[in-house]
Amino acid sequence: MQWETVIGLEIHAQLATKSKIFSGASTAYGAIANTQACAVDLGLPGVLPVLNQEAVHMAVKFGLAIDAEIAPVSVFARKNYFYPDLPKGYQISQFELPVVGCGHLDIVANDQVKRVAITRAHLEEDAGKSLHEDFQGLSGIDLNRAGTPLLEIVSEPDMRSAEEAVAYMRKIHSLVRYLEICDGNMQEGSFRCDANVSVRPKGQKEFGTRAEIKNLNSFRFVEKAINHEVDRQIDLLESGGTVVQETRLYDSNSDQTRPMRSKEESNDYRYFPDPDLLPLEIEPGFLVEVRDQLPELPDQKCDRFIQQYALTDDDASVLTATREMADYYELTVSTLGGEAKLCANWVMGDLAGALNKMNLDVKQSPIDGLLLGGLLKRIVDKTISGKIAKQVFDEMWQTGAAADKIIEDKGLKQITDSGAIEQIIDRIIADNPVQLEQYRSGKDKLLGYFVGQVMKATQGKANPGEVNKLLIPKLKG
Amino acid sequence: MYNKTIAEISAGLQKRDFSSEEITQAYLSRIKQHDEQLNCFISITEEFALAAAKNADQRLAKGESGGLIGVPIAHKDIFCTRDVKTSCASKMLDNFYAPYDATVVEQMNQAGCVMLGKLNMDEFAMGSSNETSFYGPVRNPWDQGCVPGGSSGGSAAAVSARLIPAATGTDTGGSIRQPAAFCGVTGLKPTYGRVSRYGMIAFASSLDQGGPLTRTAQDAAIMLQAMAGFDTRDSTSVDHPVDDYVSTLNRSLDGLKIGLPKEYFDDRLDTDIRRCVDEAIHEFTKLGAHVREVSLPNINLSVPVYYVVASAECSANLSRFDGVRYGYRCENPFDLDDLYSRSRGEAFGAEVKRRILMGTYALSTGYYDAYYLKAQKVRRLISEDFRQVFADVDILAAPTAPSTAFPIGAKTNDPISMYLSDIYTIAVNLAGIPAVSLPVGCVNNKPVGMQLIGNFFSEERLLNAAHQYQSVTDWHMRLPQGFE
Repeated sequence: MQWETVIGLEIHAQLATKSKIFSGASTAYGAIANTQACAVDLGLPGVLPVLNQEAVHMAVKFGLAIDAEIAPVSVFARKNYFYPDLPKGYQISQFELPVVGCGHLDIVANDQVKRVAITRAHLEEDAGKSLHEDFQGLSGIDLNRAGTPLLEIVSEPDMRSAEEAVAYMRKIHSLVRYLEICDGNMQEGSFRCDANVSVRPKGQKEFGTRAEIKNLNSFRFVEKAINHEVDRQIDLLESGGTVVQETRLYDSNSDQTRPMRSKEESNDYRYFPDPDLLPLEIEPGFLVEVRDQLPELPDQKCDRFIQQYALTDDDASVLTATREMADYYELTVSTLGGEAKLCANWVMGDLAGALNKMNLDVKQSPIDGLLLGGLLKRIVDKTISGKIAKQVFDEMWQTGAAADKIIEDKGLKQITDSGAIEQIIDRIIADNPVQLEQYRSGKDKLLGYFVGQVMKATQGKANPGEVNKLLIPKLKG
Repeated sequence: MYNKTIAEISAGLQKRDFSSEEITQAYLSRIKQHDEQLNCFISITEEFALAAAKNADQRLAKGESGGLIGVPIAHKDIFCTRDVKTSCASKMLDNFYAPYDATVVEQMNQAGCVMLGKLNMDEFAMGSSNETSFYGPVRNPWDQGCVPGGSSGGSAAAVSARLIPAATGTDTGGSIRQPAAFCGVTGLKPTYGRVSRYGMIAFASSLDQGGPLTRTAQDAAIMLQAMAGFDTRDSTSVDHPVDDYVSTLNRSLDGLKIGLPKEYFDDRLDTDIRRCVDEAIHEFTKLGAHVREVSLPNINLSVPVYYVVASAECSANLSRFDGVRYGYRCENPFDLDDLYSRSRGEAFGAEVKRRILMGTYALSTGYYDAYYLKAQKVRRLISEDFRQVFADVDILAAPTAPSTAFPIGAKTNDPISMYLSDIYTIAVNLAGIPAVSLPVGCVNNKPVGMQLIGNFFSEERLLNAAHQYQSVTDWHMRLPQGFE
């Protein structure tokens, strides 16, 4: 039988506010346990939540960027359950009336553009962390993360493969970073997702029973976990079994999902409006203000790059994957004053390669757009060859020096003086009579050998065009 | 020395008739003399009080004036006080010391009040008789075999017995007004949002409101002046200007339109209480007020609505008491569920458990619409009833409670009958409007209270009316026997 996979994602993006969603405590990552939890975060008796306006601002930015309805009135609700890292015994979230309503996002997967509907996005507070190691059989609680603002972004079950799910997640990841509402740091858990996965016979309208895979914190894990889960469900169904609705955890070590809790034992969260917080009202004027401040979004930027720089769709989408990369590219182009394709090749090639190797972010690059532009200028004006440029690039990467200084100091300037090149050519032809004979008797491939010898003799500084121009007539005699 | 109002104490302090330290000592010794019997106090903070009194005397010596500088008071043990135990009258918090002051406590400290201690109450403010306290019941000074009402029973009894001139309390369904009525004192429940709830341990967040219990309306005005105001730490507090409650006390009541809701005066009302209330209303007409009958058609639904809404909210509010971070923890829990169930099972009293269970039930899947949602709808109808009558009249007058103080133990095994003792007070909380209860008579030597109910932020008018009534009557001056 042919099976179709159905996937919906719930993405949790930690909002990049300085303080928590309902208290003034800092949200900075990595502090000593329980030093960033104030009376409100600890859930002491008598304390009350006060909504962080910046978190609302960020949620609205996201909503506008996905073309969603922003609720004029939304409501915070209490989600009740007991857990030691949940200090109040309830999480403040949004249930019936979320701040961001229906929106959508276009993704590209398998060379196809696809529109994914986003059901809603709502504000909520994160819980603390339970630490099960290092306490001799007891558990430790760290409440630093308790009260950190999250935007939970819920998609419709619109994705049909793990690749689509990953493309969607990457797109959201790119978007929240463009909007500067989330740092996107997946290792620190600032961006994570739950995947709802089901399968159904191809052509069937009704959805199959789904399993929810919790807490996936890398794109790779999303892909692997979904693929594993799809295989598991298909195997189960084909061997006559049924899928149970349950929550599963993905274990990256064994590349398997295993059940966490089933629906039967799931909590009744007893949601109800939080009486400590008034309904959140958003004025139309505020929306206009936020809309005016929205940056150019990834899709808009990608389209502009295609138009303005005559780039291919693929190049433009790679270069606009992050705002920092796009800014870097544009700075390089403007420094160089054109040559958009050359810039694209260098940014996506040598620069991206070097960054990857060192596991650096483009913002951390030792060579900024101005420096790279300066280097590329010297290729364009033929001061150096592309090959020498790579050598200069490596030197710039190490020292942070400008291209011109390196070219000067190391004497890497290209030899374009035909007299000088001619002398070298003559010497090489004289030194290689056997190869000359072979060439002249029809072994054309030996041209490369002679070019190589000339370049070697000039340490690569001879202008390759000039070498070819002078060498061929001499070889032919 | 002890039989003084705030206004009298303040005048005496300003004239140097006595120092704050002296009057503080006087009240402390009176507490020592009587509180073993009455059980009004959970904590007596003598050292804190004497230090605060000295500080107040210095402020007075510098020529500072302010109606509350150097005046002894005590807080209901629901308000968090830094470094002083805040128990909420529960075993759960018997070991709890808050690292911060509630906004109300902070405000009273700034105003110069001297805190003598923390007052007994029903556990987590759940009760109408002060019998659910972990620290035992408070006795009514008028009849020590009777309850003082609740939940602010310690506050009302202490003011009534002149152990303190004034106290703070909280009112979720009548918890200031009903004990004020039972103990013959004046108790004001302000508009929801008028007084900050920050640091006031939550029972039912959408209903809870702090307010004063005092001997007179004038004192209530002085207290409210210090307590009222917008607090950025409480999202439900309202940024509305605070009126001058004191300077408007003497306005004439000529032409004041008083509505009498007929639902409060039907044949279920005790005839003796009715007589007292009627006499009080007659005094108001003599002061120039016009009286007319009005109707609040949905008011009879108040009690069921309240027990759904308040219980639902409390079931979540009390989840934080889990034995993990503070408060009571059972011994040697063998796993997490055991930690939760035994800590909560051992530390919460029966009434608190009953309300948590009721609330949990009302919010559960399959029951939410029928209970919680329905209750919220009816709540809006009740609010609407009030909105309509206030289009026609300025204030309402009604009995505060259906009976006078009842004997200790009389209703402990009958929760429904206990719940019905708040039948006249609850609607005001559901609507979020203010009301003041004042003593208007005695039946069998037990006080009777009448409440004046006003529209949002009409505390000034309510206190004005109450003060005018107290200017021509003396029920509020009477002392219970044995406490003269």
